[in-house]
Amino acid sequence: MTDRQLERKAIALRRAMLRLIFHAGAGHTGGGLSCMDILNVLYNRVLNVAPHTFSDPHRDRYVQSKGHCVEALYVVLADRGFFPASDLETVCRYQSPHVGHPTRPIPGIEMNTGALGHGLPISIGMALAAKMDAVSYRVFTLLGEGELAEGSNWEAGLAGAHYRLDNLVAILDHNTLQITGPTREVMSTEPLAAKWRSFGWEVHIANGHDYAELSQVLTAGPEPGKPTFVIANTVKGKGVSFMENVAQWHHGVPSEAELKEALAELEAAEAALEEGAK
Amino acid sequence: MSAPTPSMFSPAAKATAEKLGLKLGRANLEVFAATLEELARANPHIVAVTSDSRGSGKLAPFGQALPKQLVEVGIAEQNLVGITAGLAACGKKAFGVSPSCFLTARALEQIKNDVCYSAVPAVLVGISAGVSYGALGTTHHSLHDLAVLRAINNLVIIVPADNFEAREAVLAAAEAAKPVFVRFGKAAMYGLHKPGTRFEVGKAITLRDGHDVAYVATGETVVHALLAAARLAGNGIQARVLSLHTVKPLDTEAVLQAGRECRAVIPLVEETLNQLAVKRGPIVYCLESADLPAGTRVGEVALPPDIRWTARYDGRLLDRVVALHGVAEARPAGDWTGRLYRELRASPTTPVHLRLVPYYAWGNRGPGEMTVWLPRAR
Repeated sequence: MTDRQLERKAIALRRAMLRLIFHAGAGHTGGGLSCMDILNVLYNRVLNVAPHTFSDPHRDRYVQSKGHCVEALYVVLADRGFFPASDLETVCRYQSPHVGHPTRPIPGIEMNTGALGHGLPISIGMALAAKMDAVSYRVFTLLGEGELAEGSNWEAGLAGAHYRLDNLVAILDHNTLQITGPTREVMSTEPLAAKWRSFGWEVHIANGHDYAELSQVLTAGPEPGKPTFVIANTVKGKGVSFMENVAQWHHGVPSEAELKEALAELEAAEAALEEGAK
Repeated sequence: MSAPTPSMFSPAAKATAEKLGLKLGRANLEVFAATLEELARANPHIVAVTSDSRGSGKLAPFGQALPKQLVEVGIAEQNLVGITAGLAACGKKAFGVSPSCFLTARALEQIKNDVCYSAVPAVLVGISAGVSYGALGTTHHSLHDLAVLRAINNLVIIVPADNFEAREAVLAAAEAAKPVFVRFGKAAMYGLHKPGTRFEVGKAITLRDGHDVAYVATGETVVHALLAAARLAGNGIQARVLSLHTVKPLDTEAVLQAGRECRAVIPLVEETLNQLAVKRGPIVYCLESADLPAGTRVGEVALPPDIRWTARYDGRLLDRVVALHGVAEARPAGDWTGRLYRELRASPTTPVHLRLVPYYAWGNRGPGEMTVWLPRAR
């Protein structure tokens, strides 16, 4: 898939996610929009996972540590054919398996997450298992910036370097906002790159909405013996002007009017993309 | 820091054990370590995960013999459980081993989510459990572990009572398709089972039969139940002793059968020390606010051990029940509004008329308090 095709898909995925959140009456709008391009690149370019090979023990593993942004993951998995798109209408409904955080009964989901600070330690275990079996799958995990305040991430940071897990890639959705406000005001995690480098990780910084940059850091071979930490600089609420960089959209649900406005804006972006392609 | 292994046996208890033909074996911890190493030699997918707990888990020989099958995470219990879950999700039979006090408190959320909710076939081993580290203080005690883990869905909990049960528990855990927690202490254990005994997860083992009274015990308390049963036998009372090695799922059939066939059931549980519960035949009774004089709270009532109960059928109470009437003691708690601590003062008790109702019928008379366990009046 070309970068242009991915960009076009991203607009469709954002629209699907906003509709999903509107229908569910719940969801994490801001963070879902900020990590959508990362998920798009992972599932449509990087990960060797597909619905028909999901039980293959050699598949790449993806663990979404920021489990609350499951709506973005749901639309990407549905688009990828893991389950019918009609399932998206059931999210958070009574008796639907599609609850508001990732769970394994949903095809395509590796681990149940949602409590923060869990994805990285789990991913360490998965990457260790690959090393023990001398198999070549890679393990990817997506972290939120606010969750880096959980100490378990730093325990895992030690272990990743100690066991030289160069088959592990942690991606930080660095949108600089958490539920209360700017992360630097709530509990600063800076200097991020220096911290992870000092822990012995190979650190890459990329624009989390730039397909060329993301693809480059996510498909590049690892630094031998070092786990990779990708700081993906993103915009919370990306793609909808009135949601961008507004902490209240962390789990804000659009009204009907807001949904209409957001969808119109995304349609315009799509038209502009088409125009540019001509 | 280590601690002396607690001795749970007085000279008299040791003499009784000897009379019963019980032989002191090894610590379950040692049996666990030896069994795990034996399994891991045969199956390279068996992995031990330790949090600087190799020594206390007796796994140093395992680490020397099978270094590629031991993952050390350092003193980081959350990471221990997360990594154990990740290994288990990718085809490893991972045993996360750590002192139960830390494992089940600090890493409880990882146990709940990464292991039990994600339903990966990981095994968690709580070592030096209970008051094994007695002299080291409360930081190192794990009296909470069974209570908190029982409240978590999708976990098998096994507490072996002797070396046989410990080995069987490890073998069963290695084969299990769902999460398992195994718990034991540091003390050497008396062998309790006859050769040829069958161990099945979820099925209590009857160690001694009797129909007067039944002890339902687990782990280190089972041998004490056997000793008590021997003492009762001296008084002509035949006590049944069940080793309830699987705490979850509970063998309710064995417990109910003991209740039907015996005159009383005594759980040997530390948490109910000096508390009394009232039964009439198989029916457990409880005290509700509605059956106390206005202004007396459930928590203010204590039962004299020699209380005389009168059973009275009441056709108008709770859709017809037999209530128990008696006179107990009440010690007014006073006014606690806005306070967490108060200076202790001697306060007089007053007699209070109680009416107990069957436990099955509680909660039908509006908001109020209820208790089954009542403190024993001194």
